[in-house]
Amino acid sequence: MSWVSKTLSSTLGRKLLMALTGLFLILFLVVHLAGNLQLLLPDGGDSFNVYAHTMANNPFIKVVSIGNFAFILLHVIYSIVLTQHNKKSRPVAYAMSNEGKSSTWASRNMGILGTVILIFLVVHLKGFWYEAKFGTLPTTMIDGESFSDIYAIVAAAYANIWYVLIYVVSMGFLAFHLSHGFASAFQTLGLNHVKYSPLIQKVGAGFSILIPALFALIPIVMYIQSLS
Amino acid sequence: MNLTLKIWRQKNNSDKGGFKEYKVSDISKDMSFLEMLDVLNEQLTEKGEDPVHFDHDCREGICGMCSLYINGNPHGPLQTTTCQLHMRSFNDGETITIEPWRAKAFPVMKDLVVDRSAFDRIIQAGGYVSVNTGGVPDANEIPIPKTIADLAMDAAQCIGCGACVAACKNASAMLFTSAKVSQLALLPQGQVERKRRAEKMVAQMDEEGFGACTNTGACEAQCPKGISITNIARMNREYFSAVVSNTELV
Amino acid sequence: MILDSKIPAGPVAEKWTKHKFNVKLVNPANKRKYDVIVVGTGLAGASAAASLAELGYNVKAFCFQDSPRRAHSIAAQGGINAAKNYQNDGDSVYRLFYDTVKGGDYRAREGNVYRLAEVSVSIIDQCVAQGVPFAREYGGLLANRSFGGAQVSRTFYARGQTGQQLLLGAYSALSRQVANGKVKLYPRTEMMDVVTVDGKARGIITRNLITGAVESHSAHAVLLCTGGYGNVFFLSTNAMGSNVTAAWRAHKKGAYMANPCFTQIHPTCIPVSGDHQSKLTLMSESLRNDGRVWVPATVTMAEKLRKGQIKANDIPENERDYFLERKYPSFGNLVPRDVASRNAKYVCDEGRGVNETGEAVFLDFRDAIKRDGRKTIEGKYGNLFDMYKQITGEDPYEVPMMIYPAVHYTMGGLWVDYNLMTTVPGLYALGEANFSDHGANRLGASALMQGLADGYFVIPYTIGDYLAQTPYDKIPTDHPEFKKAEKEVQDRIQKLLTIKGEKTVDHFHKRLGKIMWNYCGMARTEEGLKKAKQMIKDLKAEFWTNVNVLGANEELNQSLEKAHRVADFIELGELMVDDALNRNESCGGHFREEYQTPDGEALRDDENFAYVAAWKYMGEGQEEELHKEPLVFENVKLTQRSYK
Ligand SMILES: Cc1cc2nc3c(=O)[nH]c(=O)nc-3n(C[C@H](O)[C@H](O)[C@H](O)COP(=O)(O)OP(=O)(O)OC[C@H]3O[C@@H](n4cnc5c(N)ncnc54)[C@H](O)[C@@H]3O)c2cc1C
Ligand code: HEM
Ligand code: SF4
Ligand code: FES
Repeated sequence: MSWVSKTLSSTLGRKLLMALTGLFLILFLVVHLAGNLQLLLPDGGDSFNVYAHTMANNPFIKVVSIGNFAFILLHVIYSIVLTQHNKKSRPVAYAMSNEGKSSTWASRNMGILGTVILIFLVVHLKGFWYEAKFGTLPTTMIDGESFSDIYAIVAAAYANIWYVLIYVVSMGFLAFHLSHGFASAFQTLGLNHVKYSPLIQKVGAGFSILIPALFALIPIVMYIQSLS
Repeated sequence: MNLTLKIWRQKNNSDKGGFKEYKVSDISKDMSFLEMLDVLNEQLTEKGEDPVHFDHDCREGICGMCSLYINGNPHGPLQTTTCQLHMRSFNDGETITIEPWRAKAFPVMKDLVVDRSAFDRIIQAGGYVSVNTGGVPDANEIPIPKTIADLAMDAAQCIGCGACVAACKNASAMLFTSAKVSQLALLPQGQVERKRRAEKMVAQMDEEGFGACTNTGACEAQCPKGISITNIARMNREYFSAVVSNTELV
Repeated sequence: MILDSKIPAGPVAEKWTKHKFNVKLVNPANKRKYDVIVVGTGLAGASAAASLAELGYNVKAFCFQDSPRRAHSIAAQGGINAAKNYQNDGDSVYRLFYDTVKGGDYRAREGNVYRLAEVSVSIIDQCVAQGVPFAREYGGLLANRSFGGAQVSRTFYARGQTGQQLLLGAYSALSRQVANGKVKLYPRTEMMDVVTVDGKARGIITRNLITGAVESHSAHAVLLCTGGYGNVFFLSTNAMGSNVTAAWRAHKKGAYMANPCFTQIHPTCIPVSGDHQSKLTLMSESLRNDGRVWVPATVTMAEKLRKGQIKANDIPENERDYFLERKYPSFGNLVPRDVASRNAKYVCDEGRGVNETGEAVFLDFRDAIKRDGRKTIEGKYGNLFDMYKQITGEDPYEVPMMIYPAVHYTMGGLWVDYNLMTTVPGLYALGEANFSDHGANRLGASALMQGLADGYFVIPYTIGDYLAQTPYDKIPTDHPEFKKAEKEVQDRIQKLLTIKGEKTVDHFHKRLGKIMWNYCGMARTEEGLKKAKQMIKDLKAEFWTNVNVLGANEELNQSLEKAHRVADFIELGELMVDDALNRNESCGGHFREEYQTPDGEALRDDENFAYVAAWKYMGEGQEEELHKEPLVFENVKLTQRSYK
């Protein structure tokens, strides 16, 4: 085995990939959120549609989004590999276990949390990304140019209370995933320091609440808007 | 106190094993947990039943020989070793569930006794400074900042009990392994072999079949010696920088 | 047999250097032709096994725990002495030598002790090189403290876990040799007998504690590094598994046992809380630097205290008897271990003991806390206070601690010469298992030093001298001597398993312990010892007819393990009593009430007892034969110890 594949098949190497991909996804969440928040601008979706257009046609963004898919895939594959390995490391379970005393629920259930997020991602991508890419889209005129009206698809989806509920609940799962994942990734990378770790933990806690909350805000607001 | 004990009994490594219930009475609050089991064993022997086997030696919280997963916690409800746990931590009439450490890398040998030789093999993989007896420099030749020596000592306190593995949902040995890697990575004496040590010890840890680390922190919370998971971060650092920069193919 | 200590001639400071030059050497290429068995992986065993493997010998290392790292040395708290004189306070090899001989109440060999002091400096160097994290000053250099009343600061320490750190250092060196293939480890393996061929030790018989398999191991030399036998008292600060079996089996195969009655009783242990007690916990001696030892001045007051009618803190100053300060104004609470222990016993015997069992005295920090503040005391003893609280459930910051003496260390052991060889050629004893360096009383922080000195710096030289004169030929384990020894072991196991009596092994062990503690403990009398001898004989007879050992041999069987050990303890107990009866004097840890000064101090008899009492086993049921090795003092002046 080459040293690279040897390293990447060690438990530490696998965790390294989890942490790096996880951190990338965190970064992606921020960018994605910044874009999505434009849905709330009171311009009938114009800025959002322009943004979506730029994203879809910029070659750099294209590369990034392919990378993004690859990273999600890697993150998911390695999460399965690790979770399976970890399960096998304790073939006989305890009859009585008081794990809640010494670790958080989220940290013990990253697999479940991740799986829910994955299901959401599939639904989410099917609804928007797939439609945008392969579906037939309505168009809208902005400043005399024709743009695909993705805003309309989004608005239609968020008028559905079930969709909104799924979205909001999923963001709850994401929040838990991040509540452990954010700081954990730094620990995995070995970035632990008496002076900075408390800060990382605080930022992580804030991040894990703020980002999913803002994500969840969008469908809620749009749903309310759809009522009037 | 009168207690009901639900204890894992298993004849040997290949036996399936199962729980058995026992009653003990007149247990004094001042007894240690192991002394309570001594009382049970005297009773069982007098009745002609095989006594419950468990590991123990120093009964002072330092040899790391005692184990036992008590009511869902390694070493019981306090952050100490089982031998230092006293019956005043329990209530009259309580049922106490006692299980062996559970991990693929720690096979059960009998009842509550497990085989922890995997830990020895991890140390054998590189948990040392390769100096022969004699021919070393004077002890005061290399000054070591007190803070560094103290940090190294914090890590070196590990007693090798395996509670970290028992506590971890993944049965991971990261805390144990990182404690030794850290101790030697911090000290000037450990610098020479720093890279190969990190690589080899991690490889051995994996080979033994321990799980990976999810950073849940359960190990630290349950470690009787309070070994910190900052050691795990340090080991990760050591390992990653070793694999990318080591000129030796380990 | 005339006991030849083989101490080299010449000035004491040159003996070891000269000896190292005179011993025969084994050619580096030939070392791999020799096999060495090391039983025990404590400080002595692990350091010896690692060092011999580094030299090229093939080593097999045995221990009964599941890992060599758990040997009882791990429990030592206080520290390790070395004549480094890093503190510029007047220490020297000569002073450490002098202190150790004097501290041993002049019952140790000058030559051995000098060598110990001499190599002590190398031990610290070695440990630091291995990565032992000793305490340091802010300047980065090693810190020292004064320990056990020594006049200089020569004790190196690693928090309260010095033994642990030293042992982990030796264990790491051992692990490295395991990885190199030079040491083969046998954990969870108990040595059951020594095998001699043509009068020389050529191997051992072991029992695999998991499978019960009885196996033979052949070698050119055997090292016993199996620790002390304090557990003959049942209750002691030793680990539960500490035993005399290995040494006792060797004794029965011809190795003499020296000064077996010399036991050390440590004054600051947590008192017994009831019959369930399985072991005693040591509280570091350093506590006596700030704690004041006292009991109520009157028996009536003590009785009220025991019945719980009053509390310690209610007793007014004038009703307290700070007996050590009263009797020893200049040393006060810091008198040596034996003196402190004996005086605690006296006040309790008078009926002034302070706990329910009447066997405890107070160690009070009230005044120290008042003087230095709680923070300072916490900084010095925080972990000890926590440990005390965990065990007793009482908070020593609020109420005085209770302490009582407990058996801690055995100075006696297998007789060895200057080369650490027993009276059986090829059989060596190292560490606490031998008798060599501490005389009648061991100074604090000297046992760790001795174990490592023996293993790292003495045996690697002296074993070569023997092996160089031994042919390479290996003796196969189907040799009749091995078969015979194996059969004896198996017969003994079967015998124990078939008695199927009424009483558990622990029952006998506890009874033996009581006899030893009452009659051969802190204070001994001829009458009591004679009584004890008969009681032990009876106990032995009862054990072999009425012990109940369940289960089979072919499994993990902890009752069977214990039964073997207790059977040997019973026999050892009788020899200890013989030795104590023979020694008509008081010295160090051996206090015969008949021999004391008018004010109750130990009275030595240098005229008649300046010798090592080495006992030869004469066969089942026979009285053992006494051999005397006279002690010659050329450098140290014999004086009466006084701490007034
Ligand atoms: C609580 C406590 C505190 C102490 N503090 C100090 C201190 O501060 N400073 C100091 O200098 N000294 C101290 N001592 C004394 C010191 O720790 C011991 O004397 C010393 O460590 C003994 O080392 P050893 O290598 O001879 O034996 P041990 O460490 O006792 O090792 C014995 C070895 O022999 C093995 N063994 C025994 N019998 C068998 C058998 N039949 N078959 C196979 N293997 C066997 C065991 O498995 C073990 O590996 C203390 C002792 C105690 C009890
Ligand atoms: C936007 C989406 C996601 C983000 C931002 C994210 C982020 C993270 C981060 C930062 C970590 C911590 C890594 C470490 O401990 O070093 C992590 C761990 C984990 N993630 Fe995700 N993740 C996401 C989606 C998923 C998905 C879809 C799954 C899969 C099914 C998943 C499964 C896991 C698992 C199982 C772990 C724990 C791995 C372990 O045992 O250590 N995650 N995630
Ligand atoms: S790290 Fe803690 S829990 Fe794990 S083996 Fe060491 S002392 Fe035990
Ligand atoms: S028996 Fe030694 S740590 Fe518990």
